[in-house]
Amino acid sequence: MSASIIIFYILAAVVLGGAILAVTSPKIFRAAIYLLFSLIGIAGLYFWLNYEFIAAVQVVVYVGGIVVLIIFSIFLTAGSGGDMRDPLKVRALFAGLATLTGYCLTYYVIQRTEFVVGTQPSIGSNVNAIGAQMLSTTEHGYLLPFEVVSMLLLAAMIGCIVIAIKTRTAK
Amino acid sequence: MKDIGLTHFLIVSTMLFFIGVYGFLTRRNMITMLMSVELILNACNINFIAFNKYLFPDKLDGTFFTLFNIAIAAAEAAVAIAIIINLYRMRKSIDAEDADMMRS
Repeated sequence: MSASIIIFYILAAVVLGGAILAVTSPKIFRAAIYLLFSLIGIAGLYFWLNYEFIAAVQVVVYVGGIVVLIIFSIFLTAGSGGDMRDPLKVRALFAGLATLTGYCLTYYVIQRTEFVVGTQPSIGSNVNAIGAQMLSTTEHGYLLPFEVVSMLLLAAMIGCIVIAIKTRTAK
Repeated sequence: MKDIGLTHFLIVSTMLFFIGVYGFLTRRNMITMLMSVELILNACNINFIAFNKYLFPDKLDGTFFTLFNIAIAAAEAAVAIAIIINLYRMRKSIDAEDADMMRS
């Protein structure tokens, strides 16, 4: 059992343990911190796969952006101290049953499928190749989705400002 | 102990996905529901990267899908939090059951 396998299992345990605590913790602020650990573990999985660029993006956008945004919104709305209301017992039971069934089905399909593993050398962490292909207009270029995502981000930014702004004229 | 393969990653991401689904179905607070959605999106990203790494290591398409996914998830989280804060101003609550203005 080599060190790399042990590191994979540690990372998987961090990801799944953080996720379970994030969806079951009764205190909302602690749930956000557990989510942070889970996301850092996922970045570690990307590092484990030698996709350093994606891991860096994961850390910058999720850990540095989205979790901080969630923590700010917790402070602005719910407060961080008290317990949340417990989930309804019957709803928790049926949600657990549904997710367990779905997991077993997916596990069965994954175990049955034969994957044809590629043998070419990996180029996943080559940032030059990522940049060249993302901005190319040839057959396998991603310039159009790139521009569409930039328009989407602009629209989301304007939408956020319009939704969250305090109107002084009302009332 | 055999080597870590694609199946290991698929099982981890499946577990993460269904943990997120469980949280989305049972939580009553909108911010925690948003956190569950983030877990679901991350499970999807792990799948893209693992398939790219193990099945097509000489291509970059999984990387691009993951990058666009992360960008869209950031936009989605920002809009959702703006809506939640606006709802809190109107109702002084962020429970999903209190957001019933469009009913009846």
